[in-house]
Parts: sequence; structure tokens; C-alpha cells
Amino acid sequence: MFYREAGQFKTNYAADVAVFPILQDRIGLGIILFIAAVIIPWFGSSFLIQAVMIPFLIFSLAAIGLNLLTGYTGLLSLGTGAFMGVGAYACYKLTTYFPNVNIIIWIAASGFFSAAIGVLFGLPSLRIKGFYLAVATLAAQFFLSWCFIRQPWFYNYNVSGAIEVPTRSLFGVPITGATATDTTRYFVVLGFVVVMTWAASNLVHGRIGRMWMAVRDMDLAAELTGIRLLPTKLLAFATSSFYCGVAGALLVFLWYGGAEPAVFDVNLSFFILFMVIIGGLGSLTGSFFGAALIFIMPIVLRYFPPKLGIPIHPATVEHIQYMVIGALIILFLIAEPAGLARLWQIGKQKLRVWPFPY
Amino acid sequence: MRAAGGPDVSVGDVLLSVEDVSLSFGGVRAVSGVSFDIRKGEIRAIIGPNGAGKTSMLNVINGFYHPQKGRITFKGETRSRMRPHDAAYGGIARTFQNVALFRGMTALDNIMAGRTLKMHANFFWQLLRYGPALREEVEHRKRVEEIIDFLKIQEIRRVPVGRLPYGLQKRVELGRALAMEPELLLLDEPMAGMNLEEKEDMSRFVLDVNDHYGTTIALIEHDMGVVMDLSDRVVVLDHGIKIADGTPDEVKRNQAVIDAYLGVAH
Repeated sequence: MFYREAGQFKTNYAADVAVFPILQDRIGLGIILFIAAVIIPWFGSSFLIQAVMIPFLIFSLAAIGLNLLTGYTGLLSLGTGAFMGVGAYACYKLTTYFPNVNIIIWIAASGFFSAAIGVLFGLPSLRIKGFYLAVATLAAQFFLSWCFIRQPWFYNYNVSGAIEVPTRSLFGVPITGATATDTTRYFVVLGFVVVMTWAASNLVHGRIGRMWMAVRDMDLAAELTGIRLLPTKLLAFATSSFYCGVAGALLVFLWYGGAEPAVFDVNLSFFILFMVIIGGLGSLTGSFFGAALIFIMPIVLRYFPPKLGIPIHPATVEHIQYMVIGALIILFLIAEPAGLARLWQIGKQKLRVWPFPY
Repeated sequence: MRAAGGPDVSVGDVLLSVEDVSLSFGGVRAVSGVSFDIRKGEIRAIIGPNGAGKTSMLNVINGFYHPQKGRITFKGETRSRMRPHDAAYGGIARTFQNVALFRGMTALDNIMAGRTLKMHANFFWQLLRYGPALREEVEHRKRVEEIIDFLKIQEIRRVPVGRLPYGLQKRVELGRALAMEPELLLLDEPMAGMNLEEKEDMSRFVLDVNDHYGTTIALIEHDMGVVMDLSDRVVVLDHGIKIADGTPDEVKRNQAVIDAYLGVAH
């Protein structure tokens, strides 16, 4: 009843090619942004901001990155963790060499290093696809993990083998390091995620997005419409790795505050891949849903039984949490193999015709 | 019959000529020593029994297969092999025997994808979706809407093509090829698996494309009624060898063609 586009006529193509042509969608987006930018930082507890929202946004960004590659271009990658690591280490090296340049610039710049590495490991994608490409990207994962562990240059010969985030500030306000407040870091992360999501949405709705999807759906026909396969695939690798790299830099600099190389192992790659699959391949909204389900759901499961006064041993909670998450993932995949994004679309369609069945 | 008269009916010069092309896969000769030409503005049919090498011939023309021998001259430029994107840049568009649409995309996006070559806004404008990128998007959308109107598929614009019935998929595929504004349009069995009504619709579209846009068309088709009605000239292949070439009437009377289709008494 409320979600209906009837009466919203478009009188020119400029209005019709808009990313959100429906008024209610724009209002909804405005409300979400308002909640994220005003309500949460004002009323949210430190726990909500530090332990839930910041990592959720960072993982969503990484999921968007992987989704551009796997969901939109159809190239399966298991190197996400490594590409995030490249971003984090690049940012670390840059800020130790040039401490006076603002950290925001370095976080964004670290994406370019990640993109370059992504392109390098994306080169085999012209010849191989599917599972075989996944194995090739797995090689990237292992090689880069090895670099982060065995090459002391990457962590500045630190005895612990880990990287520690120095304090860096913007206009005198510390945004990284131990003295930065939760809210400040939240705003930085939110800024990155909003701007980059907006850019990703612009990309996938335009020519480049269509080229990627064409390559994914039918590469022969794509070639015949004049799309060169290798540059298109490499562009997808570059863009995807850029997003993952920035997400990796944010992860270390604005959430962990320091990192061991083990953070960027293959488990992280799978973690992000699950988010993309469950959220929905080829959907930016789905990336957020996927990150929410995989990352926030366990937190909810862990903290709610004690809050409700149910006396369960913490170890049992941990076990139950794994079982419930596993069951939920299977359930969601059976209910909707195309992911949460598809469920969301079906829901919107139902809402559009409500109260009638169709 | 589209027009009375001899082979001179087709206006214009030679647009594409294939000379002495041979293609084999291992020991199998798909095409051997075939030569023919396609003239500007004509509808040229390639026919022959199953396995005659028709689709191989189209694949040679747009660069999927590289012939071992022979030359291809397109718009006065001779080369021993084409490459798919060269063909696309040069103005050759193609539809496939089994529909090769981008199944996850809407009909509109499929046809828009056909305009990729004509769009030039760079990556950074695309990121912003502003300025040249947005202007281009709107401008090409207008052109695509003309094609959508032309093919009468307005109501399925926003439907993912994987969900469309077969006949409409074929039409969207034709739309995607037209969006490239090709000089030469290759249609590989555009009417395969269609009922009579759909065939008539499709034939009408093929003729209209030829008339309105002046597009040269080469088509492979098994329905002889359609071939004889639509085409200006017909080339007949059998076992990879050209056995006849001429107007529909000439080809119909050709003994070698009759033998190829009906078999010969030994």
C-alpha cells in the first residue's frame, strides 16, 4: 500500500535511468543513512559501534569488492583475504614512510596497491575460469600470506611479527591508534563505505557493469558485441581488489588497531565469500545482508541468551551459536539459492501488490 | 519472391567476400575451398543440409574460427583471419543458433550492452555517473528505445531474459545485434523452433531491418519457404563444399542442390 510506484511517471530518460527510480526507495535510503550517520553515533553504545557496526561496515565493503568480481563478472576468487592483506600492509608501509601525509589518503591509496596485485593474479583468468580460477587465486592467497609472515620488511622488522597501528589524526582529532574514539573511527569507516558503495552502484548500473555481466553470462556473445575479454576481466580484478584492499586497511587501522599476518589467511577469504553467496551474487544490497547474517547474527546469538536471563554456560553458547549459524545458512540457501537479495526483491514485489496476492 | 529479375537486384558493391576458405578440425574438413561474396544491401542466404559447414562459415566470418587457408575481404580490407572484436568494430553483428543472450540481465540491459562499442565515457565518469557518463547513458537509451519500439518488445523491457519465452528471446537477441548498428548482420537460424506465426513476425523484422536501416544480412535458415521468400541470393553448401550460388529460382532448379537435399539413386 505504501510501497507502490503507481503514478510516478517518468517523462524523460534521465529520470528513468536513475539508480533509484522509485520515490519510496529514495526515502528508505535516506532513512537508513540518517540512522547510520545520526542515530547510531548519538544513541548507540560503545559496544554497538566498536564491536558491531565498524566491522560490519568493513566486511560489507569487502563483500562488495568480492561481489564485483564473483557476482558481477563471474570470476570465482579465493584470494580476498590476501588482497585485503595487501591493502593493510601497503597502508602500514606508506604511513610509516610518510607519517605526515594524512592517513585517509593512505587508506584510499592502499587500494591501488591491492588493485595492482589483483591484476597480476587476475591474468590467468583469460584462460581459466570456474573452479580452476579459484585454485589460481588460492595460489595468490598462499603466496601473499607467506610474504606477510616470512618477509620482515612488510612489518618493519617488528619482533612480534605483527603490525601496530600508529596514532594518526585529522584536524587534530586522532582517527587511528589507541587514542581515537569509537565514534570518530565509525564516521571514517562510514564515510568510506558510503562513498565506495555509491561509486560501485554507479559502476554496475552503467556501461562497465553491463560489460562485466555480459562476460559473466555469455563470454562468446560478449566478444561479438565488441567487449574485449581480458581488459574487462582485469578491470574487474582491479576494481574488486581495490575495494578489498581498502577494506583490509580499514580493518587493521580502524578496527583491530594492529594485526598479525594470520588475520589475512584463507579463512578470511572464505568468510567474505560466504557473505557474498548468502547475500546474493550480483547484488550490492545483498553484500550488506550477507555481512549482517554472517557477522552480526553470531553476536546476537552470543549476547542475547544471557540478556534474557537464560542460564547457559558460555562454552555451550559458543557451540550452539555455531550450530544455529550452520543450520541458518543451509536453510537460507535452500529457501532461496539466489541469496538474501532475492528474498528482499520478492518481499518488495509482494509489498508492491499488497494487500492483493498478485 | 522479394523482387523479380536476375542477380543484379542487389544494389551496391561487394561488402564482404570470402575466397577459397578452408577450415578443418583435426581430420574433419568443415569447409573446403569455399568462395562467395555478400553485396551491400542484399539479403544473402546460406543453406545446406545438416553438417554442411554453414555455421562454421559464419564463425569464420566473425572470427571465432581461423581458417587454415583462404582470405576474407571486408570493406576492402583483406585479411587471412578476423578476430571477434575486429569484426564487431568493423560492423559485423551476429545472432546465434541457440540463443546466446546475457541471461541474468534484463532485455533492456541486453540491448544496451549491444551499444558498448558506441559508448566512450571513461571509468572515472562512470564512477560518478555524472557528466559524460550520464549524458551518454541517456542518449543511448533513446536509441535503444527506438529498437525496442521497432521490435515491439516494450512490455518485456525490465524482464530478465532468462525468464522470457523462446520466441521473444530470439527477438531480444536481434535487438542486441541491431543496437550495434551493424553494416553486416549474420543471422544463424533466426526462425529455428518457431511456430508459423512467430516465423512470419521474424521474417517481417528481417525485411524491415533490411529496408529501414539498409543493413546487409546473411542468414542461415532451414525453412525453404522463408529462404526463398526473403533472400536475394542463395549460396548452397554441402559437406563443406559450395555446390550452388545464385538467385532463389536458379538454386531451386539446380540439380546438385536437389541431389544434396533429396539424395541420389546409386
